[in-house]
Amino acid sequence: MGALSEFRLLSPASAAEAVRLRGAHPASRFIAGGTDLLPNMRRGLVGAEVVIDLAGIGEMREVQHTGDVLRIGARVTLATLAADATVLARLPALAQAALAVAGPTHRNAATLGGNLCLETRCQYFNQSEHWRQANQYCMKLAGDVCRVAPKSSRCYAAFSGDVAPALLALGADVEILGPQGVRRLPLAEFYVDDGMRWLALGPDELLLAVTMPLANGWVSTYEKLRVRGAIDFPLTGVAVALRRDGDTIGELRIACTGVSSRPEFIAGLDELAGKPLDDAALATAERHIKRGIQPMETTLVSVPYRRRATPVLAKRLVRRLWDEGS
Amino acid sequence: MKTLLRLSVNGRLREDAVAENALLLDYLRDTLGLTGTKQGCDGGECGACTVLVDGQPRLACSTLAHSVAGRRIETIEGLSTEGNLSRLQRAFHEHLGSQCGFCTPGMIMAAEALLRRNPQPSRDEIRAALAGNLCRCTGYVKIVESVEAAAACDEVSA
Ligand SMILES: Cc1cc2nc3c(=O)[nH]c(=O)nc-3n(C[C@H](O)[C@H](O)[C@H](O)COP(=O)(O)OP(=O)(O)OC[C@H]3O[C@@H](n4cnc5c(N)ncnc54)[C@H](O)[C@@H]3O)c2cc1C
Ligand code: SF4
Ligand code: FES
Ligand code: FES
Repeated sequence: MGALSEFRLLSPASAAEAVRLRGAHPASRFIAGGTDLLPNMRRGLVGAEVVIDLAGIGEMREVQHTGDVLRIGARVTLATLAADATVLARLPALAQAALAVAGPTHRNAATLGGNLCLETRCQYFNQSEHWRQANQYCMKLAGDVCRVAPKSSRCYAAFSGDVAPALLALGADVEILGPQGVRRLPLAEFYVDDGMRWLALGPDELLLAVTMPLANGWVSTYEKLRVRGAIDFPLTGVAVALRRDGDTIGELRIACTGVSSRPEFIAGLDELAGKPLDDAALATAERHIKRGIQPMETTLVSVPYRRRATPVLAKRLVRRLWDEGS
Repeated sequence: MKTLLRLSVNGRLREDAVAENALLLDYLRDTLGLTGTKQGCDGGECGACTVLVDGQPRLACSTLAHSVAGRRIETIEGLSTEGNLSRLQRAFHEHLGSQCGFCTPGMIMAAEALLRRNPQPSRDEIRAALAGNLCRCTGYVKIVESVEAAAACDEVSA
């Protein structure tokens, strides 16, 4: 396997300096834990003349708990996140999602920001240079045609991060730092359904932190299906957050990963508010999930399996939370 | 471009001129000749390159050498003292936790971090801590038994 291409490594001490360096070097990339970027660079999937290391930026490593809001710096590692007392007690979906990423050794390095900005994945893209060359490449890199959908003008590579769906279900916002200062976005607006441009992040912008409410009365969970019990990316992943109102649904939120080019917040579930959780309600949820996701042949595991398994997993989690939330 | 890297490797402070794009794995193997740390895959998949950074297991193949400047690195070579195997090394040897041996340095470093944190782990805790380390030979049972055997021996490792 190839060594890394030549690059300069810059190590800014502040987020503002990181953004300035990113603006000054157009062919640059940020590196956080490096567990996505470095393997991708070694496979020739990503190139950079300058790599900007976020490791030395203390302000991005903080977890702050103010009032009813939790703010987590983008440079916080997934191991730290999964062991945080507030996260474990109040936001179980987030702890479970962080623990579901890769293997334990990855999680000691891997960060929240890197997970949210993860490169989209496809069986025709995440391959060695030789493999991709033998298959005449594809549109996402160096080729003209999408191998998954040859007539398509867009790439369907799947967003496969585990943490984003949990944060979508928990109602998180992102803080983005650019040359003009900080802007805030609901996490859903941070993503675009396009395998080649999946982030609404400008070329000189940095994901600074994620904030989320610590609301009372909610229960939440995250689970994924994968080929092996450890290390593997999700074939499909589902996060559910539920607020139960006695014997009826107060609010139900479902978000999925691995089944579109962005983590998918399932729309339309507000129609279930005020209804009991019965077979009809679960069938409605299933209908909205099937409408919301679009798995494509980006993994070796088939599209029909991922299409059917996603609502089955979601309904299982909703039932479990319903019992927990009573 | 090479710049100066200062860090500690197996207890010795070092200062080396290291390329900015060098992986920790290449620095350990090629610059320092510490070839106990293995490269088993093309990046992040197998755990054979596991070393400890400030006591925590990290993948040397997915870590830039300069990103661990000032930190404490431990490799498999640092475990034995004066020619005596550590308790984990001995347990892997005696309980057949190692066959071809390629995964063994990574397994032992991940297990070493576990035993320092949790001296009496359950079988499930051992399996969880080694979940990122692949072995193509043993079927894992003997590896888990080796870690249990090391935990059972009172002696504190070097
Ligand atoms: C074998 C293997 C298995 C894996 N399994 C999973 C899995 O099951 N689930 C999963 O979700 N992931 C998985 N991953 C991918 C990866 O390990 C994780 O997603 C990890 O959280 C990425 O974080 P990082 O800090 O290492 O990111 P990096 O590699 O440092 O960065 C990833 C990308 O994000 C950008 N970036 C990082 N931080 C910021 C920031 N603050 N602002 C703007 N851009 C930023 C980088 O430029 C880069 O493009 C796996 C990886 C491997 C090698
Ligand atoms: S979806 Fe199509 S264009 Fe995108 S990576 Fe896969 S084959 Fe390439
Ligand atoms: S060499 Fe395989 S994970 Fe590092
Ligand atoms: S002993 Fe051969 S790979 Fe584990």
